[in-house]
Parts: sequence; C-alpha cells; structure tokens
Amino acid sequence: MSIATRKRTRTLAPGYEHIRPDRPAPRSIGLTIVMVFFALYALLPLFWLFINSTKTYDSLLNSFGLWFSGEFALFDNLAEVVTRDDGIFVQWFANSILYVVLGAGGATIIATLAGYGMAKFTFPGKKAIFAVVLGAIAIPGTALAVPTFLLFSSLSLTDTMLSVIIPSLASPFGFYLMWIFARESVPTEILEAARVDGASELRTFTTISLRLMAPGIVTVLLFQIVGVWNNYFLPLIMLRSEEIFPLPLGLQLWYLEAAGPQALPIYHIIITASVLSILPIIIAFLALQRFWQNGLSVGGVKA
Amino acid sequence: MSNVATARPSARRVKTRWAGLWFTIPFLAVFTFVLILPLLYALYLSLFQNRLVGGNTFVGLDNFARVFTDPLFWEGLGRVSVFFVIQVPIMLLLSLVAALVLDSVRLRGTSFFRIAIFLPFAVPSVVAALLWGFMYGEQFGLVGNINDAFGTEIAVMTQDWFLAAIGNIATWGALGYNMLILYSSLKSIPPELYEAAALDGASSWRVAWNIKLPYLRGAAVIALIFSVIGSFHLFNEPNLLKTLVPNLVSTYYTPNMYAYNLSFVGQQTNYAATITIVMGIVTAIIAYVVQLRGNKEALQ
Repeated sequence: MSIATRKRTRTLAPGYEHIRPDRPAPRSIGLTIVMVFFALYALLPLFWLFINSTKTYDSLLNSFGLWFSGEFALFDNLAEVVTRDDGIFVQWFANSILYVVLGAGGATIIATLAGYGMAKFTFPGKKAIFAVVLGAIAIPGTALAVPTFLLFSSLSLTDTMLSVIIPSLASPFGFYLMWIFARESVPTEILEAARVDGASELRTFTTISLRLMAPGIVTVLLFQIVGVWNNYFLPLIMLRSEEIFPLPLGLQLWYLEAAGPQALPIYHIIITASVLSILPIIIAFLALQRFWQNGLSVGGVKA
Repeated sequence: MSNVATARPSARRVKTRWAGLWFTIPFLAVFTFVLILPLLYALYLSLFQNRLVGGNTFVGLDNFARVFTDPLFWEGLGRVSVFFVIQVPIMLLLSLVAALVLDSVRLRGTSFFRIAIFLPFAVPSVVAALLWGFMYGEQFGLVGNINDAFGTEIAVMTQDWFLAAIGNIATWGALGYNMLILYSSLKSIPPELYEAAALDGASSWRVAWNIKLPYLRGAAVIALIFSVIGSFHLFNEPNLLKTLVPNLVSTYYTPNMYAYNLSFVGQQTNYAATITIVMGIVTAIIAYVVQLRGNKEALQ
C-alpha cells in the first residue's frame, strides 16, 4: 500500500505543508501516455492477429493489416481450420489438452507433494535434496532437451506421447514455489493436533493441508499449463508422427507448407488456427488473475 | 541405546518423520529421470566418438577441444552474446520503466495496463514468431502497409536487421513478465520508507531513485538470470523464421540450433552432447556471476 491510501494524522515538518500525503497524488497525463505506448506495443500484434483471422486469403494479402476488409470470413476460416487434412487440427488441439492435463497436472501434483514434504517434515538427506533441486532451477529446459532426447532414444521412448509428458513432470521451479506456499500456509500446530488425534499423515494432507495450499496450487498449475501448452522445442525434438503433435508443432507444419517451397495459399488458415490456439491460455490468465499475480510476487521477491 | 538419554533436547524437538520423504519421492524419481540422468548421459556421450573404424571409442576431452576450435560454434556463441548484450538491457530497462510507472499512483487503469502488457507472455513462441513474421512481411504485413503509405523501403527481414527482428519478438514476449516480477517487488516496499521520504519533502523522482531502485536489486537479479538463459539458449524464433528467410538463418545460427541440427540432421550425437554441456557451463557461469555481483552490490 502506498502512502496515498493511508490515513495520516501526523503534522508535517515546517516548510513541507504543501505536501499532502493524505490526498492521492494527481493523475499524470505524461505517465498515462507512456503506459498507453506500452499497452499498444503489447496488444497491437494480437489485435492484428484477430483482425486478420476474419479475412479471406485475398483480402489478407491486399488490405491494410489493422482493420477489417472485404467479406467477414471468420466462420469460413474456422470451418476450413477444423476440416483441413481430415480435421487434424482438432486432433492437435486434443493432443495439447492431453499433454496439459497429464503433463502440467502431473507436474503440479508431484511438486505439491514434494514442496509439502520438504517444508513440513524433517528427515535425513533433506538439505542435500534441497541444494541439488534449487541448483537445477537455473538449468533451462532447452539445455536439457537434446540430452533427454538422446537418453529417450536409447530407451526407444521417442515419438511417443510419453516422451513429451514425462519431461514435463519435473518442475524444479514449481517445487520451489510449492515449498514456499506450504511453509507459509500450513501451520505446524494444525499438523501436530491432527497427529495427536491419530490421523495418518496422508489423511491430514488430503483433508487439511491441501485446502490450505489451494491458492498456491492454482498458481503453479497455471504456470505449468502455459509451459506445456506453449512448449515447442521438446516436442519438436521428440516427435515425428503428425497425429501426436501438439498445437505449436502442428502450426509449424502448416507454416512450412505455406512459407516453404510448396507455397500453399493457407496463410489465412494459419492465422485463424493461431487465434484458436492462444484463446484458451488467454482466457485462463484473465480468469485466474488473482492467483498468478500473487504467485509471481512470492516467486519473484523471496527467491 | 544408552545415548538416547543424552541426546540434545533440540534434536528431540525436531522429530524425524519419514513421511516427508514419501511425499518427496515421486518428485525425486522424475527429477532424476529427466534431469540428472540426461545430464550424466550427455556427459558420457561427450567423452566418446562414433568412428567408422572401431565404433564407439573413448576419446577423452577430444570433443571439447573440437568445440573450442570450431568456428561455427564461436560464430553462434558470438551472435547470442551480441543478442544478450543488446536485447536484455533494452528489455529490462523497458520492464523497469513500466513497473515504476505502474507503481506510481499517478495512473488511471493500473490493472488494465498490468494485464495488457503481460498478455504476450501467454502467447506460444511459435505463434509469436509466426505473427511477427507476418507483420514484418513487405508483401502483406504491417511493414508492407507502412512502405505503401509512406513510400519507404523498410525491410526488416534482411541480414542487417534480422537479429534485431528476433530481439523484438523476444522483448515483446518477456517484457510483461519481467515487469510483473519488478512490480511485485516494488509492492513489498514498506510504506514507512515512503512516509519518511514524504516528510523529508523528497520528490517522486528522488523516491524512485533512492528508495525504489535499490530495493529492486533482488528481483532484477532474478529477471536477469532468466534473460541470460533465454538469450544463450535462443532457438525458437530463429528456427521458425528460417522458413521465411532460409538464406539468413544457418544451421549454426545459435549454439542451440547447432546442437539440434548436429544431432538430428548430422547424426553427430556425441558432438551435439558436448556442445550442450559447454553451453550449460557457459550459462551457469554467467548466471553465477550475475548473482554474485548483484548480491555484492546489494550489500554495499
């Protein structure tokens, strides 16, 4: 909370009476203009994408990019997206959902259990585990993708759905966030009381602790969902069969058909398909603002 | 069991509970399988070479020696270093400005701006690259529109501008995320500091300079480390835009693309593993230096 919103009674030092911290600071037009520029930079490309998903191929090529033009072809484009190549886009969409449910859902469950176990219990080796896992936060997924592929191919796991799901399951950053959430939201006294009552640790976890940790779990889940839904490098390396592609790989495949030597006239289809593939994530972010904004502050400030 | 009685009371209070380990085991299992094992396997691969005569042979550090004398590797590393030195400061500075403006109370619609600027983070890098690739186009993109309207001949997708074009896509995607990390940190500044500053008659510029900026160091270090990783492992944007401008993007455009192409097109898995390890070490060192310097300055 800033000074402007706090009620103050203290008298100001002589000479500073003109400063009135009890009044909100005047709105600044200059600062607002600065932020309008930032917002335009962020939103114009998305606006461009939505506008152009309503155009036919011809008007896409021949009209001004930032406004509607020609016939409103959004529904024709949508129909073409979902029917092209025997409806493979629907398959990709379903695959992405499956990867998100199993990969991001699994990662969140695993991170929640581990964060809770590490925050609320003492056992030998805990410090060593903590040091190793925290060290791994700085290892980027892309650095591990090639070695993981090499390992998986020696195990004949590549080009299967598992090869995308399994690497998504381990999230050191998710673990770290859950550790902080568990430490701060589950009072040790409650656990002790449950033990005195004879409840098993698992029962205490499912009936009491999970509920207390719920806001943190939603935050971690949301970030895992974004990570898996948007993942490109890992599936690119692991997968060859189009029928198990997630959306980003599918979009790339069509893009290669349009921009590559084949030069198929399907740019309008790709743009409409892109809109479809970002909508679920944008809706999730807008709907769950409260959670991820708090989560970011925990991860960003206390690390 | 006679020494139980002499155990320190503090050791008795923190009772060992193996249940904690059971909760942690699933994570440790996947962590080992997808982080530790691939790293060890890559390390193992980097010490071998697959030769026509003799098959898989132990070669010690030969692969590493090859990396250090490989001009293609150095070209890619040089390129991502330039990218890091130029794109990251610009992006972090913009994030900082946005965060400071958001945090000043002198703005209407703070939550709208916060969400709007963050939104590109939710866009998959594939869509971001496609989208900007379209807009950069001189044929039907925005750049084409601008050229038509003003009679200019701006061409973004050229040798001179291509890295900047990639930098813009990366900035667009990450600016809001970094802004929010910095903004959350600003929100945690104790109000007493502001009150003291107001009593001293400090201007808002002085408050920003003397209170807010020093307070942001921790968050800035985190944002910087994520950016180190992002730039040195650059892959998605150049790999996707390659389709539009095949002659601008080589197979070794960034070290990560080089490793990818070596293992998938060239079948040189041992050498690809070596490059991955070298890049991992390079990133770890830079991230470590950033952290060390950031914390040292914070102590002064």
